[in-house]
Amino acid sequence: MTITFTLNDRSVTVDVEPSTLVSELLRDTLELTGTHVGCDTSQCGACVIHLNGESVKSCTLLAGSVDGQELRTVEGLAGGTDDLHPMQVAFRDNHGLQCGFCTPGMLMSSIDLVNRNPDPTEEEVREWLEGNICRCTGYQNIVKSVIAGAQALRDASRGDDHA
Amino acid sequence: MKAFSLQKPASVADAVAALGSAEDVLPLAGGMTLIPTLKQRLSECAALVDLSDVPELRGISLEGDVLVIGAMTRHTEVANSDVVRKAIPSLAALASRIGDQQVRNRGTIGGSVANNDPAADYPAAVLVLNAEIVTNVRTIPADAFFIGMFETALEPGEIILRFRFPVPDMAGYAKFASPASRYALAGVFVARTGDSVRAVVTGAASSVFRATDVENALARDFQPGALDRISIDPSEFLSDIHADKDYRGHLAIVMAKRAVQTALALAE
Repeated sequence: MTITFTLNDRSVTVDVEPSTLVSELLRDTLELTGTHVGCDTSQCGACVIHLNGESVKSCTLLAGSVDGQELRTVEGLAGGTDDLHPMQVAFRDNHGLQCGFCTPGMLMSSIDLVNRNPDPTEEEVREWLEGNICRCTGYQNIVKSVIAGAQALRDASRGDDHA
Repeated sequence: MKAFSLQKPASVADAVAALGSAEDVLPLAGGMTLIPTLKQRLSECAALVDLSDVPELRGISLEGDVLVIGAMTRHTEVANSDVVRKAIPSLAALASRIGDQQVRNRGTIGGSVANNDPAADYPAAVLVLNAEIVTNVRTIPADAFFIGMFETALEPGEIILRFRFPVPDMAGYAKFASPASRYALAGVFVARTGDSVRAVVTGAASSVFRATDVENALARDFQPGALDRISIDPSEFLSDIHADKDYRGHLAIVMAKRAVQTALALAE
């Protein structure tokens, strides 16, 4: 079947088998390997992307189901190497990653959180990231990163208001 | 996954036509159970009918004393709905604790109830309130809906359109969640309307069930202490790596007391 959807602000039309998962489509067909597949059983959250702005697990989503929808992956966050998304900067500055395998999913989930709740408490961050597992167990710094990223985004939006 | 075809109908009529009555054509709701099951080849199908484009299956409204929730309404929508929070706050709270946030962004009430996983949360809510399950064919009372493990009264080709929950005077849900899956090792939903009390246990046995001894004790005195001398016979309960049947039996009473406490607190 042929599907057309928006991926990181660009329209994509691709022919897929109906049983193709979005994680497979991204990694194998479109060669966007920033989205990681950890458990492949929708528990670990490494594969989290945004579907219409909401964080979802792409290993448990059929490509046919995203026809006409809007997707964003970790590749769609930064404007360039020197223009990282504030949440990416916060993860780098707060040592929010060790091996980095879970990081794409952590970023996508965290950005969904702060889009809905710009000033989350530590408890809210921990609850929101329940479905994102870090096997380095680096949760302290991940939570710290998300809170710092939320702060940076709030500061940036205040800056916009003054501009 | 084994190959299958996929259809995305835009109306209930088209969905029902696409499903037909073949047993190997399955409706796809949020897919949070069905897709992992297909991936692990625990089940297979010739075709899937994705219901996510059918607008008639979505939405939340209050019709008098009845809360109506469309089958394709996602957990996150129920959890954050002002209408649900006001009418049946325990139902919003239940939805907010299913799986994790990314699962709640996809999973639907209709999918959960139709699947009738023995450890799922929503079947407890549907049974404790004796909600009506409105399908494309008929209206089924919850008392006649849940048959057994992963088994319901739904026939092939029959899909749930919406649920009609009578609003109780007070209700509360408590679960002891598996730390890995967030499924209930034991969960209890209690509800009181007038003199009538219902109490439903999920997670502990092969399907949700009403705990009549708990109901009778709470009908006399709707307080956690009323359950101090009550036990539930665990001989038919599930035993697995996470909890044996005796432990689940103990948990069920603990959760029932917490559910009563929650119901009283939410009603204040």
